Amino acid sequence: MREERFSIETTIVNILIIILISVGVIFSTVTALGLVRLPDVYTRTHAASKSSTLGVMCILGGTFIHFLFIEDHFNPQLVIAIAFLFITSPVAGHLIGRASYMSGIPLAEETVRDDMKIAVEKKKGEQK
Amino acid sequence: MALQILLNFFLAGVWMFMTNAFTPTGFAVGFIVGLLLIVLMRRFFSYRLYTSRIWAVISLFFLFLKELVLSSFSVFKLVVQPRLNIRPAVFELETELTHDWEVTLLSALITLTPGTLVIGISEDQKRLYIHAIDFDDIEDAVSSIKNTFERAILEVSRP
Repeated sequence: MREERFSIETTIVNILIIILISVGVIFSTVTALGLVRLPDVYTRTHAASKSSTLGVMCILGGTFIHFLFIEDHFNPQLVIAIAFLFITSPVAGHLIGRASYMSGIPLAEETVRDDMKIAVEKKKGEQK
Repeated sequence: MALQILLNFFLAGVWMFMTNAFTPTGFAVGFIVGLLLIVLMRRFFSYRLYTSRIWAVISLFFLFLKELVLSSFSVFKLVVQPRLNIRPAVFELETELTHDWEVTLLSALITLTPGTLVIGISEDQKRLYIHAIDFDDIEDAVSSIKNTFERAILEVSRP
């Protein structure tokens, strides 16, 4: 095992792992930066629910490849974690956005147009 | 479609009994032979072959990965640039998808591609309200979603 450490294959796999984990870390950083810089709840949800998903996914993928090829250990929990992340994070983003809209949190000043306002008001008018 | 898959498994079981090979290899060979028979008998099914639907699911998955990476980079550029000139907007998207699971899948895909976030679905599930982080042209945004995700989902659900 020791002498195979420096074969071509290991080098390629290592490069892949380094790229994946670096991309993951960069996207996580962008998420944090977005949370600080963006103006309102909705645009922050954009940053939090997606760039972080891709970042965490890349890190998990890199870890999976490392254990599979370097340590010769297939770890199914990592695959399941990636799948669950895919399923749950859009729902979380949607619910945060919807809950904040329904409780009347205003959009940012830069907002160009708002179609949902018309629909919500129309529905409220029907209920009365 | 489920019927065809079930039939394929049944044929594989019959093959295992006929050849007396109760191993994973025997099952795999039986499955391939059964698939061949189903392809030969495709005229007698009222729906298209299930393999084409599986292919549609796989291509939808890769389309989604592509969109995810491409638009991640666009948000990356947006956040990193020194002056923050974003123009958020909420726009309406009329969808022609009818089933619950199709609408759920479409909104999950829209939400996971950076730049768009579904914040509301109308009562009759015909209109999605999408918050876009940087909004330049409504026609563009609507048609790009319609041409990529909606068409791919329709391709999956087509009977």
